Amino acid sequence: MGPPFSGRGVAGMSETPVLRLSGISKRFGDTIANDAVSIDLARGEVLALLGENGAGKTTLMSILFGHYTPDEGTVEVEGRALPPGRPRAAIDAGVGMVHQHFSLAANLTVLENVMTGTQSLWRAKSDTASARRKLAEIADRFGLAVDPDARLGDLSVGEQQRVEILKALYNDARILILDEPTAVLTNAEAERLFSTLREMARQGLSLIFISHKLNEVLAAADRVVVLRGGKVVAERQAAATTKEELAELMVGRQVARPKREAGKAGDVVLEAIGASLVVDGVPRLSDLNFQIRAGETLGIIGVSGNGQGQLAHLVSGLSAATAGELRLFGEPIPTGVEALVEAGVGRIPEDRNTEGAIGEMTLWENAILERVRSRRFSKNGFVDRAAARAFAATIIKDFDVRGGAPDRRTRLLSGGNMQKLILGRNLHDQPKLLIAAQPTRGLDEGAIAAVHTRILEARAKGAAVLLISEDLDEVLSLADRIRAIVKGRLSPPLAADEANAQKLGLMMAGDWNKDSQHGEAGHAL
Amino acid sequence: MEILDIFASAGLWAAVLRIATPLIFGTLGALLCERSGVLNLGIEGIMTFGAMAGWLAVYNGADLWMGLLVAALCGALFGLLHAALTVTLGLSQHVTGLGITLFASSLSYFLFRLIVPIKGTPPTIVPFQPIDIPGLSDLPFVGPALFTQTAPTYLAIALAVVLGYVLFFTPLGLAVRMTGENPHAAEAQGVNPITVRYGAIMAGSALMGVGGAFLTLSAFNSFFPTMIQGRGWVCIALVVFSSWRPSRALLGALLFALFDAYQLRLQTAVGKAVPYQLFLMVPYIMSIVALVVMARRARVPQALMQAYRRGER
Amino acid sequence: MRFERRAHRPLALVIASPVIAIVAALAISGALIALAGAPVLQAYYQIAVGSFGSKLAFTETLTRATPLIFTGLAAAVAFRAQVWNIGAEGQFYIGAIAVAAFGAQATAGLPAALAIPLLMLIGAIAGMIVLLLPLGLRLKFGVDEVVTTLLLNFVAVLFVSMLIEGPLKDPLAFGWPQSVPVADNAILPKLIERSRLHIGLAVAIAIAVVVHVVQARTVFGMQSKAAGLNPRAAKFAGVPLASTLIKVACLSGGLAGLAGAVEVMGVKGYVTTDLSPGFGYSGIIVAMLANLHPIGVIAAALFTAAMFVGADGMSRAIGIPSYIADVTVALSLLTMLVALFFTQYRIVK
Repeated sequence: MGPPFSGRGVAGMSETPVLRLSGISKRFGDTIANDAVSIDLARGEVLALLGENGAGKTTLMSILFGHYTPDEGTVEVEGRALPPGRPRAAIDAGVGMVHQHFSLAANLTVLENVMTGTQSLWRAKSDTASARRKLAEIADRFGLAVDPDARLGDLSVGEQQRVEILKALYNDARILILDEPTAVLTNAEAERLFSTLREMARQGLSLIFISHKLNEVLAAADRVVVLRGGKVVAERQAAATTKEELAELMVGRQVARPKREAGKAGDVVLEAIGASLVVDGVPRLSDLNFQIRAGETLGIIGVSGNGQGQLAHLVSGLSAATAGELRLFGEPIPTGVEALVEAGVGRIPEDRNTEGAIGEMTLWENAILERVRSRRFSKNGFVDRAAARAFAATIIKDFDVRGGAPDRRTRLLSGGNMQKLILGRNLHDQPKLLIAAQPTRGLDEGAIAAVHTRILEARAKGAAVLLISEDLDEVLSLADRIRAIVKGRLSPPLAADEANAQKLGLMMAGDWNKDSQHGEAGHAL
Repeated sequence: MEILDIFASAGLWAAVLRIATPLIFGTLGALLCERSGVLNLGIEGIMTFGAMAGWLAVYNGADLWMGLLVAALCGALFGLLHAALTVTLGLSQHVTGLGITLFASSLSYFLFRLIVPIKGTPPTIVPFQPIDIPGLSDLPFVGPALFTQTAPTYLAIALAVVLGYVLFFTPLGLAVRMTGENPHAAEAQGVNPITVRYGAIMAGSALMGVGGAFLTLSAFNSFFPTMIQGRGWVCIALVVFSSWRPSRALLGALLFALFDAYQLRLQTAVGKAVPYQLFLMVPYIMSIVALVVMARRARVPQALMQAYRRGER
Repeated sequence: MRFERRAHRPLALVIASPVIAIVAALAISGALIALAGAPVLQAYYQIAVGSFGSKLAFTETLTRATPLIFTGLAAAVAFRAQVWNIGAEGQFYIGAIAVAAFGAQATAGLPAALAIPLLMLIGAIAGMIVLLLPLGLRLKFGVDEVVTTLLLNFVAVLFVSMLIEGPLKDPLAFGWPQSVPVADNAILPKLIERSRLHIGLAVAIAIAVVVHVVQARTVFGMQSKAAGLNPRAAKFAGVPLASTLIKVACLSGGLAGLAGAVEVMGVKGYVTTDLSPGFGYSGIIVAMLANLHPIGVIAAALFTAAMFVGADGMSRAIGIPSYIADVTVALSLLTMLVALFFTQYRIVK
């Protein structure tokens, strides 16, 4: 991915650093998010802040940017201390932030998004003309073209990120912080982003980008700081380290993710025949044809927002196909969640907090909610609380839900343990079909390994598994066959054993679409 | 034919402006609050309190304009309370607003009764008088129809224009809109969403207070409980109808007042053949219809009713 | 200074919060009374005497609490499922007028044991219908039911006014706008002789217990709670959102309609447009003070009723407008919201 940056960062180390974080500590309740973190950043340097989810990266950057006040420590920009907790002061000192979840307003125009807060609030009239000029200049200088009058919500994700970067540059940022900037981008968009970043560094800007992706850290950064458990555990020149070393530093121990073993596929469990979904007149899923057999995992990869959510909802019983059909064991799939669950379909939703569990309810309530009307958990309309509690207790024990008790509020569980609860309620009775949408998003390595083990177990016991994931490593280690979803269409399948990063990248870019649209039915298996 | 003749009377159009005035103030106030992301269901009570406080000030010797100012200040104070509860504490905007309405209206009845003991007929003040605009007021039909209003009516119309300008053409207005769309983005750009929301709610509530005071200082000349009669709720519906735009809020309030003025005259015209209550229901039913028509079309401020808490994880 | 979410809601604080809220509301109202130049403690003493000081006073308080229990339950069941029914006032009136319409003649031939439950059911169904309209608008068009239920309150009272000046007007009322009275077989038996207290109170308490059991133990209770807390997750778990909310609305509207029915059959016998001194709105306060707990509603209704009943006597005794009761009760809603906030959050520096 292009040559590493030539030595500016290293040479700059002797000057006053552009940015210096010294001894930053921050705790939330009982959790220590940052523990005496010190980092220097030189002019023209690209620094990667590497760490797992929960390592404290985002908290650290939020402190730098004044969103949070640190409990201890100082932030200095060009030798001058920033007052804590004041985003405006950080902006004025030349710090710009590109958030992972963009800080943009969908209903406002690009120009309005950029201009907010840049002119004195008491001016009698916004100076739109000069703002428009300045925006055009910056866009031109860094190659970030975008229509200033477009409504933001009408732009693609990549364009929105460009607006987010423009916004920082518009505020004359000399230090730019990017939080997981590639999470929502296609490979091509990510490439384009990295070349923009290089151009910025060449023009003297200093950049920090936060990531947990080893490849891009090595490709794009001069220097890597590894954060773990809120502490800086290592600092390496990108040229002098390896992916393996960084992985170990980041995780702190060798966590082996379990790997799929060859299995024997049985009868067809789930089959889609020309299934399509149109929502509010917009086609979201078009002509899907696939089969999954017992004891087999089909992985669906793709860039976020290409129909994964709709596909998961469709097979989870939340929506019905507007054309074509889904068949379960050769019969039309039962409609509605209850019937689906009764038929032995386990469902892991893509967002455990908004769909998977209700935080303010107890563990036992969440454990049985989707089956509360079955005879097992209720009689004559009354909930059988003893049976429900016993079921929850079994899940807690068998699935190692730490910190869980049947009568505790689910909100108090960590993300990984909440996911184990959701897995438990779906896997406890050995489902015939398991739908897992983004099952490890936001989990740490330990929890990921646990979730993977469970999914592989279910497959080994004969479940058909539909795995929808944006994590290629996850799909490669779990799936037997892989398809990509692009704009609501599925690519032909690729056997996992033949897959490599390049092939998958092409699939996700939709390359098969151009010449083989009609041949898809032939690839159904 | 008589039914259509009503439209040809200048009195109808004069009544439209008069009926619309409190609705314009109230709708603009509610619109401002909602543009910053906060629903203010305190409106009904704040209008009641404004009506009472403005009247009481004038009754005790204050100038009529001072009465409006007092109403505005009282409105702003209730706005401050609403902001403290919904912005600082992030409490449910629905329930808090209702609480403010119940509190403000009962407090106005209490204070009114305390200061003005029960008599045979309620005491009155001398309200705003229509302004004679040389030239315009003397025009045939148009003069009596449009240019025989009291000063606050013209103020209301001017305010709609001013608020529209501020929201869409000034940095302050952009800050308010950004706060209502995405307070995190506002914060990231150095605009403090908490300050903006406090300001918008207090200013909006001040307008609501003035809207209430118009009733006691211009439309009528005395205060009596329940005089707001759901006008506040109508304003909340009008905000949705307006798609959160002051120009359309003005239009909506005028349209609404036209129906109201028309039904009043129609009521007289048809006499007892139709129960008068049916006519009185029309404004409320129209508000509901307006909500239904606009519900799916309106571009709601994205952060409306979402509490913003700094640093919450 | 900022607020930090507590990991646990301390149970003691949750239970104490209504008490703290009421004390705070009384303190603020006390300041108002003092400002008016009246002796604060004596004013509260008068309120206490006026509401609990004699058998008569106490039965009056209980009589007044009866409709408040119903409307409080109506708000509590709805709010729990995030159905913002602010229309209990209108549902109350429609329930009341339905009873007057049927209770005057249609059921006059029935034995009381049949007529009374039947009329209660009629009142409840009438209330349900009034709430199903705004709920339908929400489900079909996405219209916020807060505003529609509020607006319908005015429509409902006008509708009642139309009926009692028209087809349901009592010809013997010397021209006063009031409805025909219900027949004698529809009058609720008294709980205590020579008082206004009727068996409606017993019905209200029994229903509060039933509502509690339904919410805490049944499938419907669990599903409606889930629908209120997190509709997306509830939908994912197969909770039928629309039908659950419709059931909740039937329950809520039904309870508010029942409040009107019982008030007509138990206290007045006929309907006027001042039958309710804001029972519907006070019900919201009662529900919040009870933290939406059905059994708590009984206690909260008692407090609210005591304020209203006691304030009349206090007003006569020391000349403070009885509206102070409304002020205190409204304040207690706001202070309760704040108290509940602090059961969930704590202040950190």
